[in-house]
Amino acid sequence: MTTAPERPAPTPLAPGAPRSGTTFLGLPTAPRGVGHLRGDRSFPDAARDALRDGQLRANLGHATSTIRAKRAKVVGEVPDWEELRQAGKALKQSTMARLDELLVQLEDQVTARGGTVHWARDADEANAIVTRLVQATGADEVVKVKSMATQEIGLNEALEAAGITAHETDLAELIVQLGDDAPSHILVPAIHKNRAEIREIFLRTMPQFQGPDADRDLPDEPRRLAMAARTHLRERFLRARVAISGANFAVAETGTLAVVESEGNGRMCLTLPQTLITVMGIEKLVPTWRDLEVFLQLLPRSSTGERMNPYTSTWAGVTPGDGPQEFHLVLLDNGRTAVLADEVGREALHCIRCSACLNVCPVYERTGGHSYGSVYPGPIGAVLSPQLTGVEDNASLPYASSLCGACYDACPVAIDIPSILVHLRAEHVEAQERTTPEAVAFRALSKAMSHPRLWRLTQRAAGLGRLLARGKPTLPPVLPPPVSGWTRSRDLPTPPRETFTQAWAREHGR
Amino acid sequence: MRVALFATCLVDTVAPQVAMATARLLERLGHEVVVPPGQACCGQMHVNTGYRREAVPIVANHVRAFAGAEVVVSPSGSCVASIHHQQAMVLRRAGEEGLAAEAEALAERTHELSQFLVDVLGVTDVGAYYPHRVTYHPTCHSLRLLRVGDRPLQLLRAVRGLDLVELPAAEQCCGFGGTFSIKNSDTSTAMLTDKMANVLSTHAEVCTAGDASCLMHIGGGLSRLRSGTRTVHLAEILASTEDAVSPQQTTRPAVSA
Repeated sequence: MTTAPERPAPTPLAPGAPRSGTTFLGLPTAPRGVGHLRGDRSFPDAARDALRDGQLRANLGHATSTIRAKRAKVVGEVPDWEELRQAGKALKQSTMARLDELLVQLEDQVTARGGTVHWARDADEANAIVTRLVQATGADEVVKVKSMATQEIGLNEALEAAGITAHETDLAELIVQLGDDAPSHILVPAIHKNRAEIREIFLRTMPQFQGPDADRDLPDEPRRLAMAARTHLRERFLRARVAISGANFAVAETGTLAVVESEGNGRMCLTLPQTLITVMGIEKLVPTWRDLEVFLQLLPRSSTGERMNPYTSTWAGVTPGDGPQEFHLVLLDNGRTAVLADEVGREALHCIRCSACLNVCPVYERTGGHSYGSVYPGPIGAVLSPQLTGVEDNASLPYASSLCGACYDACPVAIDIPSILVHLRAEHVEAQERTTPEAVAFRALSKAMSHPRLWRLTQRAAGLGRLLARGKPTLPPVLPPPVSGWTRSRDLPTPPRETFTQAWAREHGR
Repeated sequence: MRVALFATCLVDTVAPQVAMATARLLERLGHEVVVPPGQACCGQMHVNTGYRREAVPIVANHVRAFAGAEVVVSPSGSCVASIHHQQAMVLRRAGEEGLAAEAEALAERTHELSQFLVDVLGVTDVGAYYPHRVTYHPTCHSLRLLRVGDRPLQLLRAVRGLDLVELPAAEQCCGFGGTFSIKNSDTSTAMLTDKMANVLSTHAEVCTAGDASCLMHIGGGLSRLRSGTRTVHLAEILASTEDAVSPQQTTRPAVSA
C-alpha cells in the first residue's frame, strides 16, 4: 500500500537556493520554521561564545582526540582501505544517478513485504505523516532509535505539539533530551558533556532519583551512568507500542532497511513494539544487498573506531507473529532533490553520517556542534545544511572552514568537502543582488592581478603601508576592519621597501 | 635547467626574501633562474573566497605570464596546489576550454620547491648550513593536496648545523585558511594558539614551513606574544650557507632581498 499525502501549497524557494550554472531546476529546499537546519546566529558569532567556554573546549578536545586515535588505528589495519573508499564513492555515485528508479524499486519491495511507503516532500509533510500514524495507533508515547532525519525535521517537537511524548533511547540522545539541550555531534550527540555533567543531568531529571526515598547514590563512572540509563529506558521499551527509527541503509533490491548501532537500544525499538515507523532520507539507498558489504566495513571503522559495530539490525516489511506487525517507511526529501540537482554539491548526499570529518576538523574541535546552528555540524554539515536550506539561509557555514582538507582525507566515501565548500562560497557570492564592499575589493583586486602594470602599482601602494609602521618591524596592532580581524591577535609585518620582482629587475638590469 | 620562478603575490609583495632565497638556492645548484615579469597571482584567494568568476582573468594572466616556461618552481605548497587543482576547473566553468587545457599543461610543468628539489633534481643535500634549532610545520595544502610527504624533512635533515625537533600535532592546521583568518578570526586565533603552544613546546628558535602565508600567520602570532621564536621559510634555510651566518644573523632570514 502506498499513500501520498494531500499537497499543501508549494514550499517557497529560499533566496539563493542551490543552483548550478544554467541547470537551475527550481526545486524546493527545506522549509523555514520547522526542523533544525538553521541557526539563529551566524557561525562566527556563535563560535565566538563557544570558544570562550573552557569546559566545552576541554570536553571536545578530549573526546575528538580519543575517537581520532581509535579511528586511525582501525583504519590503518585495513590494507585495502583506499579501494574500499573508492568503491563506496562509486556505489553512491551510481545510486544517485538512478535514484528515481531505485526509490520506486524500494517502494515496490517494501510494499510487497507488507510495509507501507509514504513520500514526504519536506519536514512538514513528514511530521504530519508520522503524527497521523502514531495517532492512528492510539498511543500517546513512542520510543525512538537515534536518527538524524527525525532531528533534522524536528519530529519530537511536532509529536509533542500533538500530545505525543517521544523517548529518545540512544544514551547520548537521552542525555541531550533530559538536559533540554540540542545534539552537537552526528554520532555522539552529547559529546559536549563530560561524565560529571551527565551525572548531574541524570540525578536532576530521571524519575528513579526523585522523591524522598530515592537512592541518589550515582558516581560519575561510565558503567554506573549506563546502568542508570538502562533502568530508566527498560521500562519505556517494555511499555512502548510504537517505535520510530531512522535508517542507515535501505536495499532497493530487497526492500531491506538497516540500522547499525552500539547499545542495543535500537534492536529493542525495532523488535518490541507493535508498530514501527522509519523516517529515511531518500539518499540512504543502496541498490543491492551485496553493496552493504562495502558500507558495513567503512561505517563502523570511521564512526566509532570499531572493526564492527555491536548491533546490525535488518528487516524487510513485516513477519507475522515476529516483531512489529505494522511497518511504515517515510521517504524524506526536505531539500535533497535540490542538492541532487547541483553538479558539484550533490556529492554531499553520499554521506553515510559516520562523523569522521567532525572528529578530525580543527574548527569543529574548537567551536563544537552548536555553533553550526544545524543538526548537521562540522565539515559535512557546512556543505549539507546550506544546500538543504538554500545557501542564503546558512550563508556563513561554507566559510566555517580553513580548507585544511583533513575532512576529505578522513571521509570513508571520499567526499571532496573542501571543493564543495568553495563551490558554495561562490554560490553565496553570486546570489548577492547588491554589491558588497567585499565584492568591490575583490573585483578591483582581480583587475589589478590580471594586468601586470596595474599590479606593480598596487604592490607599490601596498608597500606604502610601511609608513604606518614608523620604522618598526610590524604594523600597528590597531587597524580598521576588516584588517582588524587579523591584527587583533597577530602582528602584520611591515611591507618591504622593494618587492621581489622590483629587486630582481634592478639586479638584472631591467 | 632554465627555471621560471613564480614568487606568488604574497611573497613578492610582503616576503621578497623568500623568493630571493629560492632563486639563490636554484642558482647555487647550477640552474638558470628567470622571473617572468608578467606574473601576479595564481587566483586562489579569489576562488576560495567565492569569487571564481573574478578569478578567471587572474588565472588567464598567470597562464600567459608563464606560457614560454619549460619548468616553473614556486616556494608555496598552497599556490602550487591551486595551480594543480583549481585553475583549469575555474576556467572550464567559465567556458574557457582552450585556456583550461593550457592551464593543465602549465600545471604539469609547475612544481613546489621541495618536490622540485627531491623529485625533479634528485637532491636532498643542497649544501646548506643553518646552525639553529628548527621545527617544521607541514602546511595543509602541501601535505594533503600536493602530498609532499617527508620531502621537506629530508631536505632539512641534510642541512649542516641544523637541529631538527619534531613538532607535536604537526598535521593540525595553523588556522590561517586565507580569508578564513579574517572572516572567522576568533576560530582562526584559537587554532593558532594551539599551534603556537606546540611550536613553543619544542623550544625551537625557528619554525619553518613551505608556505609564506601560513608562516606569516604563525609568525604574526609568535611576534605578538614576543615569543622569541621566529618563522623562516624553508627556502631561506636551504639557501643559507656558512657565508650568510654572522653574529648578527641569529634566526633572521639568511638571504635578504
